[in-house]
Amino acid sequence: MFAELNELLNASPQRPEQGKFTLLRDTRTDGSFLVHHFLSFYLRAGCKVCFVALLQSFSHYNIVAQKLGVSLTAAKERGQLVFLEGLASCLDMLFGEEEEEQAGQPRPLRFISESTSDLRALFDFVRTSLAPAAGDAWPGRVLLLDDLGVLLSLGASPVAVLDFIHYCRVAVCSRLQGNVVVLAHGGEDSEDEENELVVTSLCHHSDLILWAEGLATGFCKDVHGQLKIIRRASLQPGGERDVLQTYQYKIQDKNVTFFARGLSAAVL
Amino acid sequence: MAAPATGGAAQGRGAPSFQRKVPAGSSRLAAIAGTRPAARHGQLLLSSGLPSLDCVLGGGLAVGTLLLIEEDKYGVYSNLLFKYFLAEGVVCGHDLFVASAKELPTNILKELPAPLLDDNYRNELGEATAVKSEDFQDFMKIAWRYQNLPKVEVSPTSSARFGHYYDVSKTMSSELLQSIKCHSFFLPEELSLQPTIKMCNMNCGYARLLQSIQKIIYQEGFDGSHPQKKQKNVLRIGIQSLGAMLWGDDICSTDNPEDTHSLTKFLYVLRGLLRKSLSACIITVPAHLIQNKAIMERVTNLSDVVVGLESFIGSERETNPLYKDYHGLIHVHQIPRLNSLICDVSDTKDLAFRLKRKLFTIERLHLPPDLSDTVSRSSKQDLAESAKLLSSGCGAMAIGKKHLDF
Repeated sequence: MFAELNELLNASPQRPEQGKFTLLRDTRTDGSFLVHHFLSFYLRAGCKVCFVALLQSFSHYNIVAQKLGVSLTAAKERGQLVFLEGLASCLDMLFGEEEEEQAGQPRPLRFISESTSDLRALFDFVRTSLAPAAGDAWPGRVLLLDDLGVLLSLGASPVAVLDFIHYCRVAVCSRLQGNVVVLAHGGEDSEDEENELVVTSLCHHSDLILWAEGLATGFCKDVHGQLKIIRRASLQPGGERDVLQTYQYKIQDKNVTFFARGLSAAVL
Repeated sequence: MAAPATGGAAQGRGAPSFQRKVPAGSSRLAAIAGTRPAARHGQLLLSSGLPSLDCVLGGGLAVGTLLLIEEDKYGVYSNLLFKYFLAEGVVCGHDLFVASAKELPTNILKELPAPLLDDNYRNELGEATAVKSEDFQDFMKIAWRYQNLPKVEVSPTSSARFGHYYDVSKTMSSELLQSIKCHSFFLPEELSLQPTIKMCNMNCGYARLLQSIQKIIYQEGFDGSHPQKKQKNVLRIGIQSLGAMLWGDDICSTDNPEDTHSLTKFLYVLRGLLRKSLSACIITVPAHLIQNKAIMERVTNLSDVVVGLESFIGSERETNPLYKDYHGLIHVHQIPRLNSLICDVSDTKDLAFRLKRKLFTIERLHLPPDLSDTVSRSSKQDLAESAKLLSSGCGAMAIGKKHLDF
C-alpha cells in the first residue's frame, strides 16, 4: 500500500471503511498500481479478500505484493485471501480432464463456454468465498476485481456485467458491510461502446472513483500520469456536490509518489 | 584469529578462510540457451530477433508473454519481423511452432533469413564507426560547449551475444533447420483432417489452433508436466495474420461482424497457455483491416507487447523529403509491467525503421536539417503532421490527447 495515497484518501488500515464501492478507472495509461495498493491495504487491514484476478497470473501479484510488504501465499494459506486466477481456471475448464467435471468442481468462468451469458456462476463463487464462516478471524469483507473489460471481451453482455456488479454490491456492501473495488479501463474517446456503457453506469453507483489518466501533453519521464479522486458526496443524504481532487503521480519500484499538479520533484 | 583457524580447519585445505566455497551444482535453474534474466524483475527474456527491437522492449521479450504486431499495409515488414523471430529461435536452438492460414509453414521456414557471422558484421560496423569517429575527433569550433558531451547514439546499442543479426538477402541453410524441432499448423489441412469441434462458441479455426498449441505444450513438457525429460527448452510460437479472412473470421471485412468475441477469447486462452509454460508467441494482426476499433482496443488490452508498423510504401510520405532515410514508422502501443509496478521503457518514443542493405534497424526518428533557401519549409503541412506524430507517439506510459503547440 502506498502511504501517500492513504493520506490523500484519508484512509488507514486500522479503520477501513465499510460498505463502500470503489471504482478504479484508467484512461490512456495503466492503472493496475491502484489494484496492488488496495490489495495490500485490505490485507494489512485484516479483511478477508476475494480477489478475482482475470488478467494476470498469481505470481505477478505475489511478487509486487512482496515489494509492498505483504505475502499473498501466506495470506492464502491462512485463509485470508481467496484468489481466483482467471487464466488458470479457464484453462482447466477447457482442457481439463473429464473427471473433474463430474466431481462437481466449481467453474466460475462457465459463461465462456456455455451459451448463457450471465455471470451467475462467478457471483456464486464470490458469495461462497466471502460468506461468514464459523471461526473466522477477519472482520471485514472485500471483493477485488481485475479487470472488468476482460468479462466483456470473453462474451458477457454489458447488461450481464452490470447485473453481476449489482448482485455483488448487494451481497458484499449491503449484507456483509464489506467493500468492493473494481478496475475498468476505458477513456472518453474510446470506440468500445459496451465498455463505455458499463464504466459510465458504474461511475454513477460508486462511492469513490480513482481515475488514473495519462498526461494530456504526452509522455514524461518524471510524471507518469494524473490521478483524479472523486468522492461522491452527492450519494449521501444531504445532496452535496462531489468533491474532485487532482494529483499527479510518479511510479517507482516499490512506491508511488503523489504531488500536486506541476510540482513534481523534477521541476522543483 | 580463531575464525581463520576454524575456517581453515573446516575447509581442510590451505585455502584462505575468506574464500567463498561454491557448492557443487550451484545453478538452481540450468540456463536455457538464448535467454537471459532481466535486470529488474529477474524474468527470463528472449530476443525477438532484432537487437534494436529488444532495446525498445526493454531488453527483450519476456518468456510467457505475447508480442502482437499490427501489420503494415502490405504486410511486407511485419512478415519480416515474424521471420526474424523464428530465425532467432532456430539460431538459439528453441523449438518452433508456426501457424498460418495462407502459407505452408514449411515454406515460411524455408525463407528464414540467414544469420550473419560475427566477423562479417563486425567488419561492416567497423567501417561505419571508423568514419564516424574521424569526424568527431575534429575540434568543435562553434559548438565548443558540446565538446565534452557524450555522443548521441542513434541506434540503440546491444550485446551481440543475446541477439543475432540476420542477412535478409540470403536464406538460412537447411542444416540449421534440421536440428530444430518445428511444429506446424496449416489451417486448410487441419480443417480437412478432423471434423469441426466446438469450443466456447469460438471460431473453429481458432479452437483448433488452441487445441494444437495446448497439445504440443503438454506433450513436449513446456509446462513442466514431464520434469524428468531432457533439458528445458523454450517454445517459440508464431501465428501469421490472425484475424484475417482466411481464418474464417469476418472482423476484417465488415463493420458489424457476426462474432466479435472469437478473437478476444482466443487471445485470452492463449495468454493462459503462455503464462503457465516456457513459451513466447508472436502474432501478426492485420489491424488496418479491422474496422470495428473496439475489437482492436480489447485485443490490445489482452496482449502484452503491442507494436504497430506503418510503412511508407504507397503513401505520400514515401516521397516526402522529411522521411527519405526511413522506410516506415514504429509505434509501441503497449509494454507490459510484469512482476513490477514499473516497466523498462526507453525514453525514445519516436521510432522509425529502415531496411538498409541487409539489416533492419529501428532508430530514433530524426528530421533532416532544413537546407532550403527560404525561411519556412515548403512542406509546412507535413512538418506539422510529423510534429504531431512526434508529440503523440508515447507508447507505454501515457498518450497525449491533442497536439499542444509549444
